[in-house]
Amino acid sequence: MTKQLAQRLLGPVTLVLLALTIWLGLWVTPPDKIQGQLARLVYVHPSVAWVALYVSFGTATIASALYLWKRTRSMVMDRVAHCAMEVSVVFIALTLTTGSIWGRPTWGVWWAWDARLTSTAILGVLALGYLALRRANDDPTLRARRSAVFAILAAINVPIIHFSVDWWKTLHQGATVFTANRTLLIHGIQAWTLLISFVGFTLLFFWLLRARYRLEVRRESVASAALEEALLARQREGAPT
Amino acid sequence: MIATALLVAAKDLRIELRSRVLLWQVVPFGLMALLLCGLALGPAHAGNSSAGPGLYYLVILLVVLLMVNRSQAIERSPGTKSSVATLGLDPAGVFLGKSLALAVELWVTGLVLLAGSVLVLHTALHGALVALPSIVVTLGALAGAGTLYGALTGGGDTTATLLPMLTLPAFAPLLIAGERSFSDALHGGGLWQWWVIVVVALVAYLGVGILLYGVLEES
Repeated sequence: MTKQLAQRLLGPVTLVLLALTIWLGLWVTPPDKIQGQLARLVYVHPSVAWVALYVSFGTATIASALYLWKRTRSMVMDRVAHCAMEVSVVFIALTLTTGSIWGRPTWGVWWAWDARLTSTAILGVLALGYLALRRANDDPTLRARRSAVFAILAAINVPIIHFSVDWWKTLHQGATVFTANRTLLIHGIQAWTLLISFVGFTLLFFWLLRARYRLEVRRESVASAALEEALLARQREGAPT
Repeated sequence: MIATALLVAAKDLRIELRSRVLLWQVVPFGLMALLLCGLALGPAHAGNSSAGPGLYYLVILLVVLLMVNRSQAIERSPGTKSSVATLGLDPAGVFLGKSLALAVELWVTGLVLLAGSVLVLHTALHGALVALPSIVVTLGALAGAGTLYGALTGGGDTTATLLPMLTLPAFAPLLIAGERSFSDALHGGGLWQWWVIVVVALVAYLGVGILLYGVLEES
């Protein structure tokens, strides 16, 4: 009952939180003293990046690890990993796009060979590679095993992206919300807007993941029904199966 | 595991010695690619040693792709898989053995290409010798990663196209780190972070390979 209610509320709550983020981010919060209106992107870009790198890629990696562990091995884990990776591709693209929109007026270029930008782009290509690897294998078990190993290998890139701003002092700024000693750098309405944005985009990920998972289950059942139908048709024709 | 690794490495290297693919195909291809890089830069810039490390690792990348394909082709030849399964070889040992064989082949090729880089691209000999340890570790890490990705993509019709697509983003940090530490050796800098990346990558790929190569072989 509670689970059903939570699933039903997931979509509306997500939409309300995202609408609230837009309203607070565009109309209520003040512009920045130095960056002006451009600073409003802070209510979108970090939250989208958080979902892309940690929530969605993390979900895909954990589901892949659980698939490889014999005790928890099931096609459910494989499906979750696959769907999370697809959503991750969307969020990585959004991260790079919103970063570029901010970078053009601030740095003067749409793209810079910055450590964080480059490593995030590499993660995007790895996520696309994961999807390509899935398409290259028809056998479901083979596909699941190979893609699970690949997801774990690709996840090595996530800590590199996280620490890239500390390891290489390139253009991308360091920690925005917290300092190294966990002191909050944003206060008041700006902090609340950022928090709502983080929660809203995280819920959006789970909403998209749930929708994509249900679609995948339906696609698999249609594919298996079509296969059975084709086999029956062949049997009716009298051909050897 | 170590005994299996040595057995598999010796088997792969013996096949390589007999077929001489490395000697007559891979090394000449690498040298040709190095010459083409010099031609692309033009006579005015080909002797500029600052471009040397980048071009060296670019050629290494092309060579690694060829060699990983070759290493996996040996494993996919008729009867090999069933023989390995019948002998009950430890998958972690098989992974280490294949990585070791690939690393040895890469070290040989890397040395020849380094000599070529000194001759053609005028990379400073002293700097190249100082860079040698970092090159050895980088090529070792590339061998470990290449063996894993080769097993991931092996066996299908799409191996030739899928392998570069999956490996290039994975190799990129290694190649960048290798190139930076090579440049560092040439110019006397002290960028220890690049060394750390290569060593961590080497340990990570070997660790993941030892743990998960069996899963890939099962399939």
